[in-house]
Amino acid sequence: MSMATTTLQPVERENYLNKEYGALSWLFTTDHKRIALLYLMSITLFFFIGGFFALLIRLELLTPAGDLVQADTYNKLFTMHGMVMVFFFLIPSIPAVLGNFLVPMMIGAKDLAFPRVNLLSWYLYIIGGLMMLHCMLTGGVDTGWTFYTPFSTAFTNTKIVEAGLAIFVAGFSSILTGLNFVVTIHRMRAPGMTWSRLPLFIWAHYATSIIQILGTPVIAITIVLVAVERTLHLGIFDPKLGGDPLLFQHLFWFYSHPAVYIMILPSMGVVTEIIACFARKRIFGYSFVAFSSIAIAVFGFLVWAHHMFVAGISIYAALVFSLLSYAVAVPSAIKVFNWTATLYKGSIHYDAPMLYAFGFIGLFTVGGLTGLFLAALGIDVHVTDTYFVIAHFHYIMVGGALMGYLGGLHFWWPKISGRLYPESWARLAALIVFLGFNLTFFPQFILGYLGMPRRYFQYPQEFQVLNVLSTAGATVLGVGYLLPMMYFLWSMRYGKPAPDNPWNAAGLEWKTTSPPTTFNFEEEPIVTWEAYNYDELDAPRKEGVPIAR
Amino acid sequence: MFDNFPLWPARASTAAGSVDALFIFLLIVSGLMTLLIFSALVYFAARYRHRRGVLAEQIEGSTPLELTWSVIPFLVFLAIFAWGAVVYFKGRTPPRDSTEVYVVAKQWMWKLEHSEGQREINELHVPVGRDVKLIMTSQDVIHSFYVPAFRMKQDVLPGRYTMAWFRATKAGTYHLFCAEYCGTQHSGMIGSIVVMEPAQFEAWMSGGSTGPLSVTGEKIFAELGCATCHRADTQGRGPNLQGVFGKPVLLEDGRTITADENYIRESILDPGAKVVSGFKPVMPTFQGLVSEEQLNALVAYVKSLSQPGATPTNTAAATQNNSTAAGSQVQ
Amino acid sequence: MPDSTLVGLHHEEEHHPELLHHFADAQQQRDSASLGMWIFLSTEVMFFGGLFCAYLIYRRWYFGDFGAASKSISAALGATNTAVLICSSLTVVLAVWAAQTARRRLLIGSLVITMLLGLTFLGIKGIEYKEKFEEHHVPGASFSFDHVPIPGHPDQYANPRHAEIFFSLYFIMTGLHALHMIIGLGIFAWLLIMAWKGRFTPAYHTPIEIGGLYWHFVDIVWIYLFPLLYLIDRHP
Repeated sequence: MSMATTTLQPVERENYLNKEYGALSWLFTTDHKRIALLYLMSITLFFFIGGFFALLIRLELLTPAGDLVQADTYNKLFTMHGMVMVFFFLIPSIPAVLGNFLVPMMIGAKDLAFPRVNLLSWYLYIIGGLMMLHCMLTGGVDTGWTFYTPFSTAFTNTKIVEAGLAIFVAGFSSILTGLNFVVTIHRMRAPGMTWSRLPLFIWAHYATSIIQILGTPVIAITIVLVAVERTLHLGIFDPKLGGDPLLFQHLFWFYSHPAVYIMILPSMGVVTEIIACFARKRIFGYSFVAFSSIAIAVFGFLVWAHHMFVAGISIYAALVFSLLSYAVAVPSAIKVFNWTATLYKGSIHYDAPMLYAFGFIGLFTVGGLTGLFLAALGIDVHVTDTYFVIAHFHYIMVGGALMGYLGGLHFWWPKISGRLYPESWARLAALIVFLGFNLTFFPQFILGYLGMPRRYFQYPQEFQVLNVLSTAGATVLGVGYLLPMMYFLWSMRYGKPAPDNPWNAAGLEWKTTSPPTTFNFEEEPIVTWEAYNYDELDAPRKEGVPIAR
Repeated sequence: MFDNFPLWPARASTAAGSVDALFIFLLIVSGLMTLLIFSALVYFAARYRHRRGVLAEQIEGSTPLELTWSVIPFLVFLAIFAWGAVVYFKGRTPPRDSTEVYVVAKQWMWKLEHSEGQREINELHVPVGRDVKLIMTSQDVIHSFYVPAFRMKQDVLPGRYTMAWFRATKAGTYHLFCAEYCGTQHSGMIGSIVVMEPAQFEAWMSGGSTGPLSVTGEKIFAELGCATCHRADTQGRGPNLQGVFGKPVLLEDGRTITADENYIRESILDPGAKVVSGFKPVMPTFQGLVSEEQLNALVAYVKSLSQPGATPTNTAAATQNNSTAAGSQVQ
Repeated sequence: MPDSTLVGLHHEEEHHPELLHHFADAQQQRDSASLGMWIFLSTEVMFFGGLFCAYLIYRRWYFGDFGAASKSISAALGATNTAVLICSSLTVVLAVWAAQTARRRLLIGSLVITMLLGLTFLGIKGIEYKEKFEEHHVPGASFSFDHVPIPGHPDQYANPRHAEIFFSLYFIMTGLHALHMIIGLGIFAWLLIMAWKGRFTPAYHTPIEIGGLYWHFVDIVWIYLFPLLYLIDRHP
């Protein structure tokens, strides 16, 4: 039974969607909510492009022989799948869509600190995206998303420089978003909104922003060095000219490892909000969850060389990075335990957002546990660069980050669009995604331990059965992703109008109208209550006592 | 398990057992953890399902609980780390007196040369029960030498040597994969490790070779004029290479380094980088004048000068004796 | 129905024309701009940091070769440039003070002199680059660095490939720095125009302050670049 309540709206009030019409009012907007929707449309496009590449990859892998596409084409497919999904979908997704939309409202502000920089952020993303599209349409890249040297600087004939510059530009988008969030959270909280009253979604985005700010410039300079080396044949990474290919790997992973925390932390923030709401109680261990977000961000910068255990680093370096990798696992474990503990003595509803949150906890747990396997040096030697790693990170990125993103879209959809999505379809889609996902990626753990390397388009016969299972799962998964696309679009026209707070959720964003007005709040709120005050929200009303805030 | 549908890789080396043991331990730990979380989720979701009139109980948290479930997992993690570190350390420390095989990777094939001189392409024949050390380099991009049945993988880099070792325990043919993406035919860079019973292996070995690698190296050493400066006495303009390999070397700038394979290789390609104390930096570079295979042979030769019984005049004979001796030491 | 206490502050405060609508008050706007610039500068630190990291690693590995290469760039010109930039930071500080104390002529004069000093820096840089071009020290097809002795080891020649790495990093690092300088000049040109139009008052001169922060940062990067690139292994 759905929790959402509905009321009829006789006349549509002015809100951020209908305030102005016309393409220019969108393309020159500085309203954080409109910018969030601009991002929503663009990243959805890139998601389906990246997903299309994934489909082709899985189709090729149905048979052991390389018979669907040529080797070079396949190499381009997995490269573009990775680059598009990482840089143009996962990294922006939650911060640029849900973060942009909600951060100001959750802290009681009218907008982000720098609305024009926010719009610039989106334009940079679009420019980077167009460059990447152009690159893909005119030949693409075949280095893998990790573009290791010297293959990428001295051997491949594909368009490395263009792809690199596209990522460089998109990286600035990411930096500016992070910068905006940090300044906003520090300087624009409403009176009474102390740090310990902030929703954990804000803490998660704060931690994410720190990583975006400090990490992204390092890959930016790495890309510059690769581009310069490739064009001018310098020798920074090329051993034939006195350079060191391992230097590239260190510089690359110094960003790209923290990048995975950029991808997962916001999703954890979403899940926290959903669980609190649908269990009707404050999160168990608020401070621990808040500080674990910060701990993940800090420790995340210290573990990058766990991607290089067999790359030729010294044994002692490997020991240090393995130990630190176990340290970074602890805060994530704390979160999983706290979410689970929140359900204890809760009052649990099974609406679609909660189903996505359950899926997240389950799949993130599996993904995170397999990280323990990879951090163990002795095991990593066997499974690194195999399908085991692929399964591990897809469990986290798709089973974790993407499920959290979908759950968040559902949760805040009434606020964003002013409409309710169809609940039964949403629950069905959540189930399809969960089942399809496991069928796609669980066999890959087995494939990896058996020894199937990654980035292979032909493979020995004995790996076929597991590959077929994986492809079957992928088709189911695809259906699960198409469904929300369709019913969200449907709801914008035919969905029931949403009340201001259909979930009776805590949080300042729910005190605005659905959809909100351009400046969010009529009067600046003054906060005198703690976060997740579900006891007050659910308390039975007594005569003469003011309604709970 | 099933022939066409295996669920576990073959175990064919001494390392495989240790890696599998740790893996199974982790499977059990993860399985228990997953079961725990899943059961808690399912139980709470059912037991605390929303009921009319029943409110949620607002629980702030519990610091003792938080500490428990932080510290205990961390201790378990430390145990896993330590176990993994031990397995890794063993895997990266080739035993002394390992038989050496030189590997040159290139797009898209594996070229291997036994110290006894046999050359193979995309195949490596080894006997059961012998420690084999691989000394590997790449001619072009980064590759990775991966034998799942041995649970062994090591990236192969251009410009330097990387090492790996294994001791095969079971006869059979096992996959050799390239595990670092290297271009168009990355997935075609597949080969086999053929593990044979010792007798069969000896038979295979005697079938044709170009002579021990170190002898080839000695020839190149003479052809390139190395002997002019690197004499077996103290009169040469270059250091005497007798007994140099594996020992500490005092450099001209005060540092002391160990003369390993990478040092020998670097000294040939970039002689000015680490000049030996007391010598002038007059050695010309051989960058571009020697192939990877020739470098391997030269390294093998210099190593042979450190083996017991090696003397400058009869080094060839001594090396021959040594490799036969090594062969007869196989258990 | 408003469900929070009415807050009248927003209407009572004087509406400064420069106050952007989404900020509660001018102080919040000032603090946000300042924090934003500091955070942006931290991203620049990380950006240059990658280059410094690469440089320090190679310098350690190829110390002699890098010493030989470093000797061939003019420490005199580098030192002059350092002095030029330090003076320009002084004029920036003067500009900020002038804005704080409503000294319009001093403000405009300081901004102009800052820009002139910046242009001087770029000019000297251009002379250095021209020298390198003429000596064939620009990495690429025409690079040559043969028979150059390593400082302190007159009988040993530097490895040209390693020296080329030095020059690659030299040009990338100083080039990136010069690019930031050019951007700085653009920013200051804009500040100059705004100052000329009288937009800055003691109550509002945030652009001068944060523009100044940016300029100081560019200066500090040079203060690190100069000794690292020009002064290694110099003997009297």
